[in-house]
Amino acid sequence: MSTQHDVLTHDGARPRTLAEKVWDDHLVVKGEDGQPDLIYIDLHLVHEVTSPQAFDGLRTADRPLRRVDLTIATEDHNTPTLAIDKPIADPTSRIQIETLRTNAAEFGVRLHSLGDKEQGIVHVVGPQLGLTMPGVTVVCGDSHTSTHGAFGAMAFGIGTSEVEHVMATQTLPLNPFKTMAIRVEGTLKPGVTAKDIILAVIAKIGTGGGQGYVLEFRGSAIRALSMEGRMTVCNMSIEAGARAGMVAPDETTFAYLKGRDHAPKGADWDEAVAYWKTLPTDESAVFDAEVFLDADALEPFVTWGTNPGQGASLSGVVPTPAEIEDPNERSAAERALEYMDLQPGTPLKDVAVDAVFMGSCTNSRIEDLRAFASVVQGRTKAEGVRVMVVPGSARVRLEAEAEGLDKIITDFGAEWRFAGCSMCLGMNPDQLAPGERCASTSNRNFEGRQGKGGRTHLVSPLVAAATAVRGTLSSPSDLDDIAVPAGAIAESMDA
Amino acid sequence: MEKFTTVTGVAAPMKRSNVDTDQIIPAVYLKRVTKTGFDDALFAAWRQDPEFVLNQPAFAGAQVLVAGPDFGTGSSREHAVWALRDFGFKVVLSPRFGDIFRGNSGKAGLLAAQITEEDLERIWAAIDADPGAKMTVDLEARTATIGDLQVAIEIDDYTRWRLLEGLDDIGLTLRNEEAISEFEARRHKWLPTTLPIQ
Repeated sequence: MSTQHDVLTHDGARPRTLAEKVWDDHLVVKGEDGQPDLIYIDLHLVHEVTSPQAFDGLRTADRPLRRVDLTIATEDHNTPTLAIDKPIADPTSRIQIETLRTNAAEFGVRLHSLGDKEQGIVHVVGPQLGLTMPGVTVVCGDSHTSTHGAFGAMAFGIGTSEVEHVMATQTLPLNPFKTMAIRVEGTLKPGVTAKDIILAVIAKIGTGGGQGYVLEFRGSAIRALSMEGRMTVCNMSIEAGARAGMVAPDETTFAYLKGRDHAPKGADWDEAVAYWKTLPTDESAVFDAEVFLDADALEPFVTWGTNPGQGASLSGVVPTPAEIEDPNERSAAERALEYMDLQPGTPLKDVAVDAVFMGSCTNSRIEDLRAFASVVQGRTKAEGVRVMVVPGSARVRLEAEAEGLDKIITDFGAEWRFAGCSMCLGMNPDQLAPGERCASTSNRNFEGRQGKGGRTHLVSPLVAAATAVRGTLSSPSDLDDIAVPAGAIAESMDA
Repeated sequence: MEKFTTVTGVAAPMKRSNVDTDQIIPAVYLKRVTKTGFDDALFAAWRQDPEFVLNQPAFAGAQVLVAGPDFGTGSSREHAVWALRDFGFKVVLSPRFGDIFRGNSGKAGLLAAQITEEDLERIWAAIDADPGAKMTVDLEARTATIGDLQVAIEIDDYTRWRLLEGLDDIGLTLRNEEAISEFEARRHKWLPTTLPIQ
């Protein structure tokens, strides 16, 4: 939007991008003299970690929560994924959860608590209820709110002061963003997924490359993705420094939404679809920046370092810092390899792991679980490797169980858990021990992210599954020489 | 919020890039339901290393953090800002910030201002030459001064104005109550609400 935004007219005379259209349609007050625009928020998602101080702020100032009917809360970050019928063991976690329950009751906010069938990771819950839809603005006190951009929504993470601001006013003062097109053209090879696309994008533009931008993912490879794949891509926009990532709505989007609890019905549906069809970027609209990625050339991707931009093709080797030109990047790579305990030049497929984590708001939806199960079906996990599979929501868990995926997963030797953020962030009981190495389908490989001293390699569900079979970083194609016992597949499917 | 005009205090160098908010405050410290008392959590993992910059006596009581590029990337946790503030920092200078961190800073009275990479190197050199030297950050004049070195700092006009005036964002927005209500009246009727479906 940037400077172009200033000359924008509302009659659609100037060609606009998807992001600009959504922005314009939510403009409450246009900022003047360097003031930010005031933007209306259609949906506010709330969880236990970033909300207590915001509710407190409302109470102190004696302000009501303006639109409880546009607000919904769930418990996810602190919640255990075992023994969920018992009181939460950690007292500080328990207090935080109890605080959310008290606040939700006091202010009248709909809350899905642990044990409820709609409980789960906030970014899995919104879309599955049909609350996330094209053209809406979505915020949450969580940086992975960018996930919802997969629907053509403008969705971004906010801090606790902004959470309080949205609660009090249902708006946010925001400076217009610049727009960046990420064009991914071509066809993904078998075994290459949405996760590999986004890891490759981040490696290409860097963790700061998207700062100040809204990313729009475009091109044939993005169009070919399912909604769940698009959510995986948009989810990690923040890892490229962009607060929001978007995909234009199309028939895939409409088909996913139709019939969901909160999706429009009847004549409202037709009216909504007609509006949604006006949202995609106009043909002659200009982006402030463009990036191209060749989908045909992509391979399964994995991170070797301690930020999500430090990644490489799984078939490659651990890089040699001395060969990196930029001094900041070189010293960051040196530090990362020391923390990760990796030697330059080591083939990535030789890296042995202690744990595999399959879950998080990036990859815990039903398609992710199906992909994981399709690889491990009829096999046995590598000895000594701990494998945890954590569905993104209670509903996803039920759906997986109805399909028999839980049986495949437990037969494989993996743990089948209850829904939550789990081992993505080292806040609940699911954590790595110091020095442990994990192949994880989550979104951040920061130092200590999965537990103090833990080492994280970010991977797709397919790579996570193959790694769990071999015990070293692997893709499904590496399993060709490890035969599945005859009859094992049919047996598990019947069970 | 307190008005921010000028700060003079010890400048500590953070010679790393990509200092994410998980490093500024690990997740285990996010369980508190208060807005203060996070000073012990700041850089909790790194502070266990006696060599860590904030453990050096020269930088005790530092109020200005001079950090490598991409400071505050990652998680949206405003606790990162609270932890820096509770530890005593009033200013963070870096060539680039994570967008959410920068926004959060402005809300909690911490000045997150940009400097060029060249100036970053010059400031680091000045600190190396005189560890514990005080820096003066003048928000009105948009300058940072240490010894003989003065550099320009960059911050958007709106955040600067709010910091200088010590203004509360919500109060400012509520002046637009009429415009918000008018907007609400013209929203599409089919937009979802979170009320339970009957």
